[in-house]
Amino acid sequence: MLSFLVRRLLTFVPTFFGVTLVSFAFIRLLPGDPILLLAGERGVSQERYEQLSAQLGFDQPLWKQYIDYLAGIFQGDLGTSFVTKRPVIDEFFALFPATLELSLCAIVIAILLGIPAGVIAAVYRGKFFDRTLMTTALVGYSMPIFWWALLLIIVFSSGLGWTPVSGRISLMYFFDTPTGFMLIDSLLADQDGAFLSAVSHLILPSIVLATIPLAIIARQTRSAMLEVLGEDYMRTARAKGLPPLKINGVHALRNAMIPVITVIGLSVGTLLAGAILTETIFSWPGIGKWMVDSIFRRDYQVVQGGLLMIATIVMIVNLTVDVLYGLINPKIRKG
Amino acid sequence: MRRFPKLVMYSAAAAALGTAVSAQTLVYCSEGSPEGFDPALYTSGTTFDASSKNVYNRLVEFERGTTNTVPGVAEEWEVSEDGTQYTFQLRPDVQFQSTEYFEPTRPLNADDVIFTFQRQLDSEHPFHDASGGTWEYFNAMSMPDLIESIEKVDDMTVRFNLTRPEAPFIANMAMDFASIMSKEYADQLEEAGTPEMLNQQPVGTGPFEWVGYQKDAVIRYQAHEEYFRGAAPIDNLVFAITPDASVRYQKVLAGECHIMPYPNPADLDAMESEEAINLMSQEGLNVGYLAYNTQVEPFDDPQVRKALNMAINKEAIIDVVFQGAGTAAKNPLPPTIWSYNDSVEDDPYDPEQAQQMLEDAGVTDLSMEVWAMPVQRPYNPNARRMAELIQEDFAQVGVEAEIVSYEWGEYLERSKAEDREGAVLLGWTGDNGDPDNFLAVLLGCDAVGGSNRAQWCHEPFEELIQEAKTTTDRDERTRLYEEAQVVFKEQAPWATIAHSIVFEPIRQEVQNYKIDPFGGHIFYGVELAQ
Repeated sequence: MLSFLVRRLLTFVPTFFGVTLVSFAFIRLLPGDPILLLAGERGVSQERYEQLSAQLGFDQPLWKQYIDYLAGIFQGDLGTSFVTKRPVIDEFFALFPATLELSLCAIVIAILLGIPAGVIAAVYRGKFFDRTLMTTALVGYSMPIFWWALLLIIVFSSGLGWTPVSGRISLMYFFDTPTGFMLIDSLLADQDGAFLSAVSHLILPSIVLATIPLAIIARQTRSAMLEVLGEDYMRTARAKGLPPLKINGVHALRNAMIPVITVIGLSVGTLLAGAILTETIFSWPGIGKWMVDSIFRRDYQVVQGGLLMIATIVMIVNLTVDVLYGLINPKIRKG
Repeated sequence: MRRFPKLVMYSAAAAALGTAVSAQTLVYCSEGSPEGFDPALYTSGTTFDASSKNVYNRLVEFERGTTNTVPGVAEEWEVSEDGTQYTFQLRPDVQFQSTEYFEPTRPLNADDVIFTFQRQLDSEHPFHDASGGTWEYFNAMSMPDLIESIEKVDDMTVRFNLTRPEAPFIANMAMDFASIMSKEYADQLEEAGTPEMLNQQPVGTGPFEWVGYQKDAVIRYQAHEEYFRGAAPIDNLVFAITPDASVRYQKVLAGECHIMPYPNPADLDAMESEEAINLMSQEGLNVGYLAYNTQVEPFDDPQVRKALNMAINKEAIIDVVFQGAGTAAKNPLPPTIWSYNDSVEDDPYDPEQAQQMLEDAGVTDLSMEVWAMPVQRPYNPNARRMAELIQEDFAQVGVEAEIVSYEWGEYLERSKAEDREGAVLLGWTGDNGDPDNFLAVLLGCDAVGGSNRAQWCHEPFEELIQEAKTTTDRDERTRLYEEAQVVFKEQAPWATIAHSIVFEPIRQEVQNYKIDPFGGHIFYGVELAQ
């Protein structure tokens, strides 16, 4: 197991450098000069342009800018946003808990609903339930997030008044947020109704963000289950007269979990991509909206710093998935 | 987030009442996050709303809802005969806000005014680089060239010595970058080694004091009890940051906010018929235009330019591109600006006569480029579509137009070239409500090769605007600018296309709200009906 971990960690290193290079190059390859964009119609004189370039460090050769950037990373410094003038790392950690809280809720919903739905669909293959479920999953997978979110808001918030339209908690509550996770902070704040308010604000965005991963997990679980259900050892289990719940729930599901876990791991990337739209619509103060704004403003430091942090998180999740894999399937860690 | 006992008590009480929004709390669904809270560091309206418009004051201010300048923290001012010295007398009773992080010991005085401008002017000033500031607006308005020195005459009197007479200087002093900061607070921050906090925890003299900001989510303010014009009628002001326009609308409908900016044009009809909403509107302080290159044949002939102007069906553009949220422009100034000459007659839409005029000018088989901006702007929500309509209009009079576009920064740079091919779609949003800010910036001889995209330097026009720039008498300036607009119309360096119409849906219970012609959102004076 240890050598497996070490091998996996070693692949981390080139990936990490690759990400720094790609994130550094990506924003600079986009057409658009940040100084000209900042000046807009008012324009900027040549002299002033040079002065600003020097002040923001854009006049340095690219390789030097990249080396400085790398040197900064190893000192825990991702640079400073040239728009807000605040350190990128501070901004990231101020916003990331919101994205994480939303993503965790979404993935929990997707797993809790997706796996049972997939199992049931596989067991009742070809029946009405299976067909309905798989059609729904296809619709969920193809649904434009923007439209889906607005539809939910119009029905449940404006129409029925069951859920708030947007935000993380009612504006009436105002307290310290030491952890950045509103569910935890609202409990710590101990104000009447704060926790419920936080929960009610999470409902719609979590459903929206969970929609695509839920569809993927349900479909993946179904096909993995179908494959396992046709195996000889399943027939043996049935022949032994084991109760169906034990056959499907323990023997089949456990063996079907490997591809499902892979899909769950991969959907972390999907979640972060979906978070951009979901956060914008629900005014959720997370990193998705922050990154998009920064790309439009060509805020180099934020884009490269933010991308690096996100990529690192995705890499850690993938590593965790690989380790889990090894735990479930001993063949992998030995291979 | 910091702890603010007053607010916590208040919010707990309000929560106990179970109301969505307290009657004394005005909630504004803002469209984005402020970049910071020191308005001199930025140029975006979103940041100004969160800072200068509600937290700070200036020496001179714009009367709410107009572009007229009125006294701010300066109660009066004198201009020397040669127009190069402006002496401001400060009000004696202006208090800075007292917050959790700063307790002022004195009212505003000349030191605060000098600090405000010196930090932008003097590169050696300890606060010049404190927040990595580039002082964009201060530079864009040419303040470093204009201000020779600032002197303290006495505790309550400040004098600005200018390098040249400049009548728009008063309007410049009402701009956001001229918001007066507290020197005492700055000293406290400098001593604590945290000068950057000036941009993160603001202290001003304005009607609302800053309470807290949760990034990208919410900004809280409360009324400044000692505000020199009297405390605001509302106790608390909350900015609920809501980037999506459709969601802002749903929040207004659900009563989660009272006022929202920038509605989707597609939602306007529904808003109009919604009982809970009062849809306010006003012409924006902007102009969208098509600038010919007047230095290149055949566009150097005013008759050709005029003929092309007459070929453009502006009403169709207003319908299709602005979806009704615009009004046809006849002058280079928007109608909300003083000295707007309403007696100028627009060129009629008359393709037949236009074609005749082109033939008379000896222009046949003309082909040209029409440049379409790649971005949405208030003065032009869809430049590509606008260019297509113009292309069709020109085809009607036998002119073949090719639409070209570049990345935004590139577009702005390339369109400046004096030998540029083709006509450029662009526009302008006013900075200070002074006509000079449109006419000299966009059409003056000095701006050729720069922001004068028509590359138009016409002596009779130039003389008028230069004279107006050095005259401090408002009536005389008005006369000169009115005449300049007549000359402009005759010469037609642009096709003036449209001014946008700004819509602001507010809930019925909101009273005394006025649309700011500068596009800002000002909440002093606003009341909530019980």
